[in-house]
Amino acid sequence: MFHHLMDIISLWALPVVLLLILTLGLIKKVPIYEVFTDGAKDGFKVAVNIIPYLVAIIVAISMLRASGLIEAVGVFCMPLLSKFNIPVDVTPIMIVRSLSGSAALGVFSDIAHSLGPDNYATTLAAVMVGSSETTFYVLAVYFGAVQISKLRYAMLVGILADIVGIIAAVSVCNIMYA
Amino acid sequence: MNYIFYFLIVISIVAGALNGKLGDVVNAILSGAELSVKVAISLIGIMAFWLGMMKIAEKSGLIDIISTLIKPVTKRLFNDIPEDSPAVGDIAMSLAANAFGLSNAATPIGIKAMEEMQKHNKDKKSASDAMCMFLAMNTAGFQLVPATVIAVLVGIGYKNPTSIIAPTLLVTSIAFVSAIIFAKIFQHLWKPQTNDGGDE
Repeated sequence: MFHHLMDIISLWALPVVLLLILTLGLIKKVPIYEVFTDGAKDGFKVAVNIIPYLVAIIVAISMLRASGLIEAVGVFCMPLLSKFNIPVDVTPIMIVRSLSGSAALGVFSDIAHSLGPDNYATTLAAVMVGSSETTFYVLAVYFGAVQISKLRYAMLVGILADIVGIIAAVSVCNIMYA
Repeated sequence: MNYIFYFLIVISIVAGALNGKLGDVVNAILSGAELSVKVAISLIGIMAFWLGMMKIAEKSGLIDIISTLIKPVTKRLFNDIPEDSPAVGDIAMSLAANAFGLSNAATPIGIKAMEEMQKHNKDKKSASDAMCMFLAMNTAGFQLVPATVIAVLVGIGYKNPTSIIAPTLLVTSIAFVSAIIFAKIFQHLWKPQTNDGGDE
């Protein structure tokens, strides 16, 4: 029921917003076509502006993923993980989910297909991936767009919140499913 | 950021060498650089579209209306942004788009919000407290329905794929609230911005 309702909202949210913006624009006598094209001009500039920031962060993260370090950390942490009832298969997700959205989804599909629907690891991985946002990518894009290179505490807060998210996912799944 | 960048690259090279994957690490430079440009280029069209729409929304006064509605909340969270700035409306629309999983709209509108916040920023090279708060809320990834994850679960024949929504929502809410709290705490602990941008 809730999910069905959310589907409808997701489908209609954009069309409704567009209708609202355009209709109100006309009512208020805004020359909508001219204003639209004027605003849209910046699209190219913004996209080009973020390239250096994206290259820095995506290249560094691609190198990290290729190095095999993430898997090694997973193996290293095994005793600690079993203590909290975290399946080893889930460890790459805990690290990757802050770094790359497509990679996190890739690892998750891999776990889901190889372990199957009845495995606790599949459920925990689903909650971890579903509740995450790729912190590093978001920071690179948003700060890149306004040419800011000194992030101050933004990254620290993002990482701390990600750690809280992982702990919350493990606790909630332990209580609900284990 | 300088240290994080250095650390990520050095540790990748060292770990790659130890794991005998140095070749993969070197290849990742090329593929990563290519991917970054692809991501940026793929943003151009949708970015132009939403920047155009948001400009209409701004001119017609819609952003002002939204700003007025959520002022009670944002006043406390974003104290270095003037109450009547269009940034407030942009922030609200971006977070709403995120919550509904409309990332195609959320990113361009979020970038628009960053540009508005940059206008109120004392030091154009470093992040303002408002920006850190906005990104804390963003990186916590608050989303009502994790649509792609559910799609994968449906694909493998998971018994009740939508049962994942409740625990996910709970987890993401906890992360969201703690991100806001962390941002508030660090706002007081961290060195304030300086005009010459001396902080790291």
